[in-house]
Amino acid sequence: MELLQYILLGVFLLSTIVGYFLINNVPSLLHTPLMSGMNALSGITIIGAILSTAAAVTTDYEIVGYIFGSLAIIFAMINVVGGFAVTDKMLKMFTTKGDKDE
Amino acid sequence: MNNIFLFFGLSDQVSNVINYVISGLLILLVLIGIQLMSKVKTAKHGNRLSGLAMLFAIIVTLINVEIFTINNFWIIFLAILIGLVIGLIWAHRVKMIQMPQLVAVLNGIGGAASAIVGGFALLGIGAGTDYFSTVTSILAVIIGMITLTGSLVAGGKLHGVIKSKPVVLPFNKLITAILIILMFAVIADGIVGIIEDKLILLIITIIVSSLFGITFTIRVGGADMPITISLLNSLSGVAGAIAGLAIGDVLLVSIGGIIGASGLLLTQVMCKAMNKNLLDILLGKTTVNRKKEIVETKEVIDNEPMEEMDQVAVLKTAKNVIIVPGYGMAIAQAQHLVKTLADKLIANGANVKYAVHPVAGRMPGHMNVLLSEANVDYDDLYEMDDINPEFEKADVTIVIGANDVLNPAARNAEGTPIYGMPILNVDKCKKIIIFNYDLKPGYAGVDNPIYRRKHGLGLNLGNAADTLADILTKL
Repeated sequence: MELLQYILLGVFLLSTIVGYFLINNVPSLLHTPLMSGMNALSGITIIGAILSTAAAVTTDYEIVGYIFGSLAIIFAMINVVGGFAVTDKMLKMFTTKGDKDE
Repeated sequence: MNNIFLFFGLSDQVSNVINYVISGLLILLVLIGIQLMSKVKTAKHGNRLSGLAMLFAIIVTLINVEIFTINNFWIIFLAILIGLVIGLIWAHRVKMIQMPQLVAVLNGIGGAASAIVGGFALLGIGAGTDYFSTVTSILAVIIGMITLTGSLVAGGKLHGVIKSKPVVLPFNKLITAILIILMFAVIADGIVGIIEDKLILLIITIIVSSLFGITFTIRVGGADMPITISLLNSLSGVAGAIAGLAIGDVLLVSIGGIIGASGLLLTQVMCKAMNKNLLDILLGKTTVNRKKEIVETKEVIDNEPMEEMDQVAVLKTAKNVIIVPGYGMAIAQAQHLVKTLADKLIANGANVKYAVHPVAGRMPGHMNVLLSEANVDYDDLYEMDDINPEFEKADVTIVIGANDVLNPAARNAEGTPIYGMPILNVDKCKKIIIFNYDLKPGYAGVDNPIYRRKHGLGLNLGNAADTLADILTKL
């Protein structure tokens, strides 16, 4: 394994630990928005999709690369945009007396 | 962003360092975003902050791959645009009742994207051909495909396209075991390399993991659905992280890892709320063990005629009211009528509280979202532990389309799917008014003794929207 790969594994472990402790005592009121927000974040794979597409289309199989690459980008983008937009829509509905006075 | 452009043309090392710094900042933004999302007041900002971080991440990535030097780069922009438009349309059109399905489907396609990235990486595109890259890319394909097919089955069940009852395939355990062994075999083959053609290995991996995703979710029943959705959500993060390991991208690894772990914690929080073991749900234990008949202690007063309750009079005089919503309210789209009913009761001088069970509905927090849609103040929504002592004191409890979450059988009917699940103590209340579609057992398939109560029970059968409207005209 190369140095980068060790670093990546370390980053992975560190992030899972951070992630595990990040969500403490979330009220169940927020479970749905939190889940759909994290769902949107898991669309971060859009970055991977762009990177691999960029790599794939420079090979001999440009067309195949574009077909599957675009598919991945479209999928990931729907995940990201749909996820964030719907979470925002949901959170806007959460109101309390105090908010309405503003 | 100008800085990045300025540094272009400098040595690779400098731009590498800059990349890591930018990645680090974006990760920090996402962390702050998630943290903000765990409080009601700041949640909206948290979500937007995460979205902003994502936007920057995409821009930085486009710059890094020197997008304008790529042949036909417009296709990539077109793909981004198509995804953007579809995502916005879906988010705009979705009704709150369809949230669980939408989350499931979004999850699934996110997994699919990771699987495609893993597939490219396995073929040596965007990744090396060493063991580490090969194994991680196979893993990314496996987890991505499980997420895809699993989420589609879950979404199909929630949408009513697929029968929602747990389906136990013949030889279920054997099939599952074989698929798991095959998945380990393809991972091992990434190292041993018996199958030399990577494309064939990729196709086998896709087939095996897709089948596993299906067999794993098809046997999950309604009550376990919120947990399954949450678990799949966590998996889609893990799929992204592992795809990141395969192609060597720090940002992807880190954010995927955070999502994976925090999703798992959220799943555990829910499991605790249902007194269930995550592993049992994964193995389908809780949903298949329902063959055993429930032996109910026959009530002595069985022959006594049921006492009619004047529901209107009860509602008019009640001072302390607790409303228990369930999935039935969601199906009937009755949340606005519930709010109207509550408003009328409040106008009569009553104090109205909502009791929300952590797994009421088909996704975590489902009821909260629906009630918020109907403009119910979130301060009036109470979690199970806070409201349970109050049922005894309340004048009347109004149940709308809920069954399993208040079924006292959970306390003593061993061997049933809901046994051991903490419930709302509705049966402790003097008077109960129920709006349910029928008297059939709830999703978990366990008879509810509350329906056989002889005193203080008002039943309104049929579509909750109709029965509620009927009561409202009389008030």
